[in-house]
Amino acid sequence: MKFQKRRPAAIAALLLTASFAFTACGGDDGGDGGSAGGSGGGDLSITMLPKNLGNAYFDTSTDGAEKAADELEADFEEVGPDTASPDAQVSYINTVAQQGKNALILSANDPDALCDAIDEARSADVKVVTFDADTNPDCRDLFINQATAEGIAAKQLELISEQIGGKGEIAILSASANATNQNAWIDMMESELADNPDYADIELVDTVYGDDEDQKSFDQTEALLQNHPDLKGIISPTTVGIAAAARYLSDSQYKGKVALTGLGTPNQMREYVDNGTVTAFALWNPGDLGYLATYAAAALVNGDISGEEGDSFEAGDLGTFEVGADGTVLLGEPFTFDESNIADFDF
Amino acid sequence: MSATTSTRTYADYSAPLWRRWLLTRETAVIALTAAVVLYSLANVPNFDGPLTLKFLLQDIAPILLIALPMTLIIITGEIDLSVASIMGLSSVLLGVLHDAGFSVPTAALLALLAGLACGALNGFLIAYVGLPSLAVTIGTLALFRGIAVGLLGTTAITDFTERWADLATDTIGETRIPLVMIPFAVLAVAFTVLLHFSTFGRGVYEIGLNDEAARFTGVDVARTKLVLFLLSGVVSALAGIYFTLRYGSARGDNATGYELQVIAAVLLGGVSIFGGRGRLHGVLAGVVLIGVISSALRLESVTVNVTNIIVGLLLVASVILPSVLGWAGSRLPRKAPSKDPATAGV
Repeated sequence: MKFQKRRPAAIAALLLTASFAFTACGGDDGGDGGSAGGSGGGDLSITMLPKNLGNAYFDTSTDGAEKAADELEADFEEVGPDTASPDAQVSYINTVAQQGKNALILSANDPDALCDAIDEARSADVKVVTFDADTNPDCRDLFINQATAEGIAAKQLELISEQIGGKGEIAILSASANATNQNAWIDMMESELADNPDYADIELVDTVYGDDEDQKSFDQTEALLQNHPDLKGIISPTTVGIAAAARYLSDSQYKGKVALTGLGTPNQMREYVDNGTVTAFALWNPGDLGYLATYAAAALVNGDISGEEGDSFEAGDLGTFEVGADGTVLLGEPFTFDESNIADFDF
Repeated sequence: MSATTSTRTYADYSAPLWRRWLLTRETAVIALTAAVVLYSLANVPNFDGPLTLKFLLQDIAPILLIALPMTLIIITGEIDLSVASIMGLSSVLLGVLHDAGFSVPTAALLALLAGLACGALNGFLIAYVGLPSLAVTIGTLALFRGIAVGLLGTTAITDFTERWADLATDTIGETRIPLVMIPFAVLAVAFTVLLHFSTFGRGVYEIGLNDEAARFTGVDVARTKLVLFLLSGVVSALAGIYFTLRYGSARGDNATGYELQVIAAVLLGGVSIFGGRGRLHGVLAGVVLIGVISSALRLESVTVNVTNIIVGLLLVASVILPSVLGWAGSRLPRKAPSKDPATAGV
């Protein structure tokens, strides 16, 4: 009977739709559902919204932010989507506006796509502080920059140049192609490679994207090495990418022959530094970044600063910070991790 | 047709009219939606705030739009998995054409035409070549998404004219209802008339029940399916345009995964995946129900993974429950018809 023939396809479609549920079960749950601290009676309420949950880097920023919130006796909460996409973040920004929180600390998945939602939140008297990845400066109050883009780009080039003896082919394994920070760093590395005579013998042969996904970054590393057999070094300016690339190199014939550097977290990279796969890599301290962002948000809410260039405020243990051009606050220069110091850190 | 394949029996029509209208799957979904809304208004902090309705409707608008043609397609026993990829493609075309100097209305019109072309490809392969829609639209899901990502690389175009972006975020006068609800309402009325009050719509149900029999009653099965996939393509492109203007960002990966959200809501709303059964008001309630649950859970600061699990369980339950009830119902003894001699032979 004709009718019977549709059942297998319909059942398959049903199973495909049911995967909507099963896919969700597999996700990391890195977020805290409730408030932290708040012993002061909730005078100050802050929501942290990273690019996505389950990311070790943002977990560390959140820890730092929570520490500052405890010191400030603020209600603190972390929320976020399971995928790094701007439309997913919009719903959480809208929720902060509905809840009437005092401040939102945000790492933007897209510099422009979030601006309408942020404007709604600011209309509801929410102070918006971006960290790690900025939005259009017009639609937030402050941006906590981890380091200058120039400093970050220069440090990574400096490290890879040292590790490959100043000569040979290098490639970049980035995050998503739309990632604001990574694209800025890559542009600056390209300029530096072209202009700086110290790097005249270094050639950037490829840039690939792992989309901050472990498996994809791993696969892209393999593809890079297959496509460029003379490759001497890889720069991965993202914590997920550098860890995946290190894992690939560690178990391959390229270990010790192809250098790897970039931006990584100590806990992820420790075993690869110990086993010789990676010599040195850089990062700022994301815990300090979250800590500083929280103090900046509190200063805005309390009226200590308005976000204008020249404002200054105290950020607990980190000292005094000044607001620069475009409402930017700079944490400092990137830090280099290597075998001599990596054991000192836990993030 | 044997009793085991019929979705309705004579007994269904011997029930009183009120029972046929009120005791339906669609009514259950509407009642559940109302219950969840009332519960949330009373118990979820800030759910009764001024921003909730606007944000909720903005979030579900693309899904509401695409659910309209998707309902008709699934009632015919087919499916369209390429709708989100068509959204992505229309998003990219809007961005690329605008960047090339076209005005937003012109670029949007061309994006709609591209959606129509996508629908035509799907419709031709399914209706006239006779391929299974699941296989075709899995293929075109990848094809259209691939074209979208190919056209724009993986960058975004974000400099849309302010007044067009405002269209996607402004509300109607002093209400909290977003402007996008106007085209949605027009389309909802049009699809309701098409499905429930036209010979075309009766043909849609006949195809879903038994397309061989539908052919014998004079329904042009191939043309009907082609029309539905054309409508799906255009409405998906419209949803993609709205999505792009709302977020102010044209990207090749926009709306990834939305097809599953649409299909989940359609099935939750009472449409049978096997075709032949379903009503638009149930589907729209299904979309709203998922949107309200997600919104309320976010306000309660429930993490995204828990929200996904809850929505997923609701979907699984909504598919399993009718089968369980149907099985249980078939075990109950039925009273034999009366043998009263006064009515015998009437």
